[in-house]
Amino acid sequence: MNTKVLMKGNEALAEAAIRAGLKGYFGYPITPQSELLEYISRELPKRGGSFIQAESEIAAINMVYGGAGTGERVMTSTSSPGYSLMQECISYIACAELPCLLVNVVRGGPGLGTIQPSQGDYFQAVKGGGHGDYRVIVLAPNSVQEMADFTYLGMDLADQYRNPVLILADGALGQMMEPVIFPDYNPEDHKVDHSAWATRGKPNDRDHNVITTLHLVSEKMEEVNLTLQEKYRTIVQNEVRYETIEVDDADFIIVAFGLTSRVAHKSVELARAEGLKVGLLRPQTLFPFPTNILSELADRVRGMLVVEMNAGQMVEDVRLAVNGKIPVSFHGRMGGIIPQPEEILDRIKLVYNVNEMETA
Amino acid sequence: MSAASEGIQCAYIEDLDEVWARPSTLIETTMHYCPGCGHSVVHRLIMEVIRELNIQEIAIGVAPVGCAVFAYHYMDIDMQEAAHGRATAVATGIKRMLPDRMVFTYQGDGDLAAIGTAETIHTINRGENIVMVFINNGIYGMTGGQMAPTTLEGSITSTTPSGRDLAMHGHPLKITEMIAMLPGAYYVTRQAVNTAKAVRKTKRALMNAFKYQMEGKGGTSFIEVVSNCPSGWKMTPIESNQWLENHIFKNFELGDIKTPPKE
Repeated sequence: MNTKVLMKGNEALAEAAIRAGLKGYFGYPITPQSELLEYISRELPKRGGSFIQAESEIAAINMVYGGAGTGERVMTSTSSPGYSLMQECISYIACAELPCLLVNVVRGGPGLGTIQPSQGDYFQAVKGGGHGDYRVIVLAPNSVQEMADFTYLGMDLADQYRNPVLILADGALGQMMEPVIFPDYNPEDHKVDHSAWATRGKPNDRDHNVITTLHLVSEKMEEVNLTLQEKYRTIVQNEVRYETIEVDDADFIIVAFGLTSRVAHKSVELARAEGLKVGLLRPQTLFPFPTNILSELADRVRGMLVVEMNAGQMVEDVRLAVNGKIPVSFHGRMGGIIPQPEEILDRIKLVYNVNEMETA
Repeated sequence: MSAASEGIQCAYIEDLDEVWARPSTLIETTMHYCPGCGHSVVHRLIMEVIRELNIQEIAIGVAPVGCAVFAYHYMDIDMQEAAHGRATAVATGIKRMLPDRMVFTYQGDGDLAAIGTAETIHTINRGENIVMVFINNGIYGMTGGQMAPTTLEGSITSTTPSGRDLAMHGHPLKITEMIAMLPGAYYVTRQAVNTAKAVRKTKRALMNAFKYQMEGKGGTSFIEVVSNCPSGWKMTPIESNQWLENHIFKNFELGDIKTPPKE
């Protein structure tokens, strides 16, 4: 029986990564994710992996590129400004189809911003972030347990699809302590054979493997793009994950991810106590986005409220999914402020009986 | 691989015909380089060394962004193409995952000494056990002949139309001398490929560098090759080689800058 331990989210993620067979970690200190880097610096070298504190996030993500190109399990972690610095190479990694795990423990922006939690990097995370048409699989945990669980899942998805996987957390999830149970997981059982493309040295019996993202002939570059888009369609079909709370009889839905969904859950309880039939839909994957379930819910509820710690980013994807069938309102806080359950409830009451599209 | 790990002293090729022919590690195709350019010579030398040390199966190269971006079209070994300036970070990731592989980077002056300066210095400062090959031709060839960090004072480029003015553009960067100061640098040398004699010396330097990596003695081996760019310099190949002798080598002096400690 696996024991329950009390850990910070950052540390649980780090421990899970090592247990999932991490071979290389390359990162740079930045608040509020530094415990992750520190934990791995302490644990990974004595458990068979290599740790480098790089000279910058740019160097770190390019070490990830090189390491991922050998087919070994590699990762980096950072927080918002650092994730911005990594964008160029993440585009390369996506184009070259290299499997790796990325972690963004988001802090408030823009600019140097604040070290308090935020969800302001949603657009950057799910819409690409760097140049060109590419997608990163984005997992959004809302507990310390999921910080661990999604790390195993992320490593597996990265290997399966040869695609970067991002865990989009926030400063609070990284810093808060909760009980966590590490599941049984033997990395050997999850090994994917990458020998067909990885650069590990060319045996005599095959052509040399080349990892490149440069295709100067337009037809070839379009072909590469079409291959990527086909893969993304497969991911959209197969990998949507979400959680629903009290939606069966609900006539109003809150949509929230990550930390905000924990607050929204409390708001659902408060609303139910007052007789309002409110439910919660929590996307666990932000790309792929749970478009279909939102579209289905829109056929039978009177409205939705999207709650985020930003100026309104995921709400755009919810509105695309709902496609004008019902009003979709938004409530957001910024600057590192976490919305309170009561203010969300107040907001629900304000829009519960409004049928017109509201753009607050 | 076995010969390498036993610390071989000199290279050998069983088939003597191959001594005079294209090394089997160099892919038989037409190179995209301009006539007279030094890149193709250095490509061949690296591949000769890899062939003679019998390390094709464990060699992994990293190509830059710049004229040598297509190095992997010519080198018959596993290769990765890095983002501009990041070749040594990529090589670090490879080497840390596969420490028994022979990893090298191939970069130009813009890549290594401008946009990638931080990666260059910190890779060597960590003493990553890799070989770095640095082609310094004092110009951005691929993008059309702009000023490079190593462009000499007074030189006309497409972004220094009146010649490089030190007050406006700063000084030619002698990054190799800077690198030699780092404890992580094991072997640092500056060579050329403008004459047969220089080609032989460069090959010897490359051979030494790869042997040091095999022996794992500690530190990065760094080989600068001061080369030409006839197209970018707007000269004939012969004129460009004369320009090297008469101007460039006076500022970038050839020879070893840091040699391994005597045993």
